[in-house]
Amino acid sequence: MNELRRSRIAGKAVAVDGHDIDTDRIFPARRMRCVTFDGLGAYAFEDARRRAGGRHPFDDPARADARVLLVDGNFGCGSSREHAPQALLRWNRGIQAIVGESFAQIFFGNCVAIGIPCVSAAPEDLRKLKRAAAADPSLEVVVDLETMDVSAGPLRIPVVMPESARHRLRTGRWDSVSELLEGKKEVESAAAGLPLIGE
Amino acid sequence: MGTTLYDKVFDAHAVRPLESGQTQVFMDVHLVHEVTSPQAFGMLRERGLGVAHPERTFATCDHILPTSSLRRPFEDPVADRMMAELETNCGRHGIRYLSPDRGEQGILHVVGPELGLTQPGMTICCGDSHTSTHGAFGAIAFGIGTTQVRDVLATQTLALEKLRVRRIEVEGRLGPGVYAKDVALFVIQRLGVHAGSGFATEFGGGTIDAFTMEERMTLCNMAIEGGATCGYVNPDAVTFDYLRGREYAPKGDAWARAVARWTSMRSDPDARYDDVVRLAAEDIEPMVTWGITPAQSTAVTAPLPAFSADLAEAFEHMGFAPGRPLRGQPIDVAFIGSCTNARSSDLEEVALRLRKSGRKVRPGVRALVVPGSQKVRERLVAAGLDRVFLDAGFEFREAGCSMCLAMNPDKLVGREICASSSNRNFKGRQGSDQGRTLLMSPVMVAAAAVSGCVEDAREVFA
Repeated sequence: MNELRRSRIAGKAVAVDGHDIDTDRIFPARRMRCVTFDGLGAYAFEDARRRAGGRHPFDDPARADARVLLVDGNFGCGSSREHAPQALLRWNRGIQAIVGESFAQIFFGNCVAIGIPCVSAAPEDLRKLKRAAAADPSLEVVVDLETMDVSAGPLRIPVVMPESARHRLRTGRWDSVSELLEGKKEVESAAAGLPLIGE
Repeated sequence: MGTTLYDKVFDAHAVRPLESGQTQVFMDVHLVHEVTSPQAFGMLRERGLGVAHPERTFATCDHILPTSSLRRPFEDPVADRMMAELETNCGRHGIRYLSPDRGEQGILHVVGPELGLTQPGMTICCGDSHTSTHGAFGAIAFGIGTTQVRDVLATQTLALEKLRVRRIEVEGRLGPGVYAKDVALFVIQRLGVHAGSGFATEFGGGTIDAFTMEERMTLCNMAIEGGATCGYVNPDAVTFDYLRGREYAPKGDAWARAVARWTSMRSDPDARYDDVVRLAAEDIEPMVTWGITPAQSTAVTAPLPAFSADLAEAFEHMGFAPGRPLRGQPIDVAFIGSCTNARSSDLEEVALRLRKSGRKVRPGVRALVVPGSQKVRERLVAAGLDRVFLDAGFEFREAGCSMCLAMNPDKLVGREICASSSNRNFKGRQGSDQGRTLLMSPVMVAAAAVSGCVEDAREVFA
């Protein structure tokens, strides 16, 4: 059994509503003044949480051990900062999967690179899922990359994700560096055909 | 059926297919900065890996630098530590570090082109989403996360999927006082902030062919604000003229070979695109954002949209009334800078208008000019334009990212409203979670600075 496989993630859900939530909002730039990712979880959605005065979903005691994040469209747009998904991964028990309408491309790639599947659902299905999760904080939400659906109690909704990302997560090979290193010989022969810098 | 530049460049750099269905792709140039690289170098150390191609890796410090003084140590010990970490990592791995001490520093997306590092047909990546800027040269350039920064340091490659290609064609002549920034904001307003996802954007058409390199950089810089990780313009004589003689540009016999190669990388006239959008330059006016995404903008002459549920959060945050014009809206801060609009031509255009009009910054407005690089700054100083800014009441600061993202001491305070030539008006972007950002061209920022409120620069500097 490969412990890196991410084919089925189960846990309680926490929802953050709103389209176009950018990575500055997920993780404010001032907190990027650091040289490691350690301890960044405390700053996830920091500004919104402060404004909400304890009423933000990330401060809801009933959601404190949530592992599945429910969002809307174009989540993670803007800056390429990996600090954003790293902070989600390090928040409390750690967000392990994200379900939304759509994701910004760089954010999506950053999530896959650290083993967080982001799956997309139709808006109507997403509404049903959020309604179910809102009604029962203890509801277990299961993100299944084998069957490509998300289930919660009697509800089961289909989800999609690009096949390459799905493959990486299911096989546990989401950290690409080993595979890229294996191509060393081919890399050097490809490089030989390209102009040098400052030739 | 012809091929696009995107596909040609991708194929020329394809190393091998990967098991996931992605392709291992070689990166010609990797740009590195202090914020998104320390963890990547840390990951290398953990795995005992080195840097595969230090000669293709270039670094500088831009996000965290204070723009009041570059004297070390900085007042902020964390900023100083981040800069020291970058210097150490560069030294250890033999990476060229563009140092403030040698006058080489600046925002990466300003200094890369300045050095002639950014060339047509290249693949360029950087742990910064505004890497799309380099597409102005007909390079495929895009932002990556820190784990990918590690991948590129270790292997000079990335696991990528080919994007689809959308051509955005702008035809016609822009009116006076309408700039590349306005074209960028107009495109995003029309298509939205997510439309570019999954696409590379090819910008073309007569309007863009007529752009200078710096204008093309402004346009490609904001491709990411429309959701496209990379935007590009096909290289032409304007591109080649810009590059000739720059430090890393090919010299001697290599120059002619390079031009031939660059020319061959252009999209074929019969290239097939996955989507084509056509826009008319005549429809574009000076643009101003009024909300919390770069798509929430309006022509300065037009009223804000009517209220709708989708816009509720933006109206609430900004405190603006739906249906009213933004013109006349008082501002607190004017910021001219960022990788979008802090190149020589941006600042010269503003200085010229200030000098000609004799207008001064309205009392009560804090106005900053932050050059994109030390070289840009030097050039302005040599032309005496720093005096023009200072005499008009602007602060003329050291090069850096400054108030674009407030990772340094340049920040908004409380509910301040900033007229800004930067690229993002996200909530909290400029350092105050209550702060408000109005994106516009540098000349429009100057008009707001001297008027004390949002104004139509075409009238202010008539």
